[in-house]
Amino acid sequence: MSRSIHPAVAGAQPFQLAVRERPDGPLLQTGEGKERLEMVLSRYPSPRAALLPMLGYVQSRKGWIEPSDMNEVAEALGLAPAFVHSVATFYTMYNKRPVGRHFIQVCTNISCHLNGAGEVLARFLEETETRQGEVSATGEFTVIEAECLGACGFATVVQVNDRYLECVTAEKVPEILKELRDSARSGAAASDEARRGSGERSP
Amino acid sequence: MSYPHRSDLETSTRLSRYQGRPEARALDGWERLGGYEALRKACGMSPGEITDVVKASGLRGRGGAGFPTGLKWSFMPEGGDKPHYLCCNADESEPGAFKDREVIRWTPHLLLEGCLIAARAIRAEHVYIYVRGEFFEETKVLNRAVVEAYERGYIGPNVAGTDWSCDVTVHLGAGAYIAGEETGLMNSLSGNRAEPWAKPPFPAQSGVFGMPTTVNNVETLATVPGLIAHGAEWYRQWGSDKSPGTKLWSCSGHLARPGNYEFELGVPLRDIIFGACGGTHSGKAVKAVIPGGSSTAFLAGDELDCATTYEGLQEAGSSLGTASPIVMDASTDIVAAMRRIAQFYAHESCGQCVQCREGTSWVVRILQRIEAGDGAPRDIDTLYDLCEQMTGRTICVLADSVVFPLRSALDKFRADFEARMKQRLFAPAAAAGGSARLATAGV
Ligand SMILES: Cc1cc2nc3c(=O)[nH]c(=O)nc-3n(C[C@H](O)[C@H](O)[C@H](O)COP(=O)(O)O)c2cc1C
Ligand code: SF4
Ligand code: FES
Repeated sequence: MSRSIHPAVAGAQPFQLAVRERPDGPLLQTGEGKERLEMVLSRYPSPRAALLPMLGYVQSRKGWIEPSDMNEVAEALGLAPAFVHSVATFYTMYNKRPVGRHFIQVCTNISCHLNGAGEVLARFLEETETRQGEVSATGEFTVIEAECLGACGFATVVQVNDRYLECVTAEKVPEILKELRDSARSGAAASDEARRGSGERSP
Repeated sequence: MSYPHRSDLETSTRLSRYQGRPEARALDGWERLGGYEALRKACGMSPGEITDVVKASGLRGRGGAGFPTGLKWSFMPEGGDKPHYLCCNADESEPGAFKDREVIRWTPHLLLEGCLIAARAIRAEHVYIYVRGEFFEETKVLNRAVVEAYERGYIGPNVAGTDWSCDVTVHLGAGAYIAGEETGLMNSLSGNRAEPWAKPPFPAQSGVFGMPTTVNNVETLATVPGLIAHGAEWYRQWGSDKSPGTKLWSCSGHLARPGNYEFELGVPLRDIIFGACGGTHSGKAVKAVIPGGSSTAFLAGDELDCATTYEGLQEAGSSLGTASPIVMDASTDIVAAMRRIAQFYAHESCGQCVQCREGTSWVVRILQRIEAGDGAPRDIDTLYDLCEQMTGRTICVLADSVVFPLRSALDKFRADFEARMKQRLFAPAAAAGGSARLATAGV
């Protein structure tokens, strides 16, 4: 890494990304993971507070969080594995199963509901030939229904990995999927940039 | 990123003045616009003096409850050697609300300046900004601002050249509405499930990490620099005695021009909806408005002449909440809308309180039944009964948050619910036994 992330924001990096390294073995004992853990720990009076940031870190590397990852985080923070499992399953953004490269979350809450979110969701499912939560045959897509994304004036709101798409209508769905497919072919560099994170120190 | 709309009604765009202006995002641009001058001024004031200005301004918390901000700050202990913390609540997850997002992504330094001034007032050594997990893009903007502010000495040791030190850390949530409730937030920040706790202990005595803590909303904190720069009287030129100042309004639903606006408190709700937002996009009449986000009571289309102050909306039978009107036109299926709202709360209940855990899911099941045309007329009584049982008995007010829209929907749109029942009279017997099972819910 040429530039390092500032500790103040080390625990606040996007963790729903297109790049999935699926590394084998421990993530937090050496290299970037260890460095990230130390930075995060330095910001709180209690090591437990690093739990969400580190779960997020694991997901940013792998795309999802397996029980064995939860155990690793537990060990790194000196917490009981059962406790870490209870926390990891409390929060909806930790993927307990693999998701497609483009994780598409359609808000169907009230303001989007009033503006055709149901049709948008149905169209995404139809076009990706999946049911909610499944990974499409190509591995590219997973579509789920989401609760309010906090952008209700721009209904229907759709989150794709770490990005929001606003004012989505059912008619726009095929075009959106086409763009995502194309970016999957050329987008490794862009995604890599996303993974390097935000809030780097100036060089 | 969409730009906020402007309108003639916006006599007083204070907070949102720089929204839509990219130069305000970066520190250089922000300083050119007078940024961090309020912080410098606050650094020359004592904590008590800062709190007094905020008290005198009458600023009320913008997170939903409307608690007076200066008063909240004054609860923090005076002496003692325990560290104090400030938590900025950027969890913004109330359906209908999307104003804090706009503050963060357009004016991150305004928020940081507010955080630092508040931290000085409550003698906090560390500010944690808890941002909802989905806001990755906003967090990137905020992260950049935090690093810039560290590098230029506005955060860290010797804030703005004084002998006072303060750190700021950005913390991402991971998908839990209940992490927006202040004790849920503090639990989440310390690495636990985001379950609210029963008060006492109050945050000012024992908050995050067991230390004296103040939790404030993004918009509340972003308002503070203006108060310090211009004074309490300046702020009180807008709004009413009990609801001074200006307020961001997140307007959504069937509107011609949805979006975020800033208005003086007290502008008639009708003017916001028909003036600034251009009425419904369909041109149809307004059937219902939920004025303060999905946890506030419905107003019918003929109840919109109220003043948008805390007291005005209360008199109208609803509340200001997060100032997020959700507008529904004449085509709206109120039963389906209410079902969708209830589903959210059932999904987000943290499950600690039986009235909330069981009650919210019963409400959903009954509404689904009615929506499907399988409801029995007594279901309406059961819903009222559930409202009764879910009010005021739980650790936090999430359970009450379903009751406000539900009870008002039943009161004001009863015919919509009954119309669904009537169809059932002609259908074969179905779905009996629901209320028998309800009795076992034990709520
Ligand atoms: C279920 C629930 C969810 C809440 N969500 C939020 C939220 O997302 N953002 C927020 O600022 N306040 C939220 N609140 C209010 C907070 O508990 C708290 O009152 C507020 O952050 C205090 O800040 P203020 O005094 O500046 O308004 C929520 C409250 C409840 C009961
Ligand atoms: S009211 Fe609901 S959300 Fe609040 S603490 Fe109780 S169970 Fe949890
Ligand atoms: S209701 Fe869809 S973003 Fe809020």
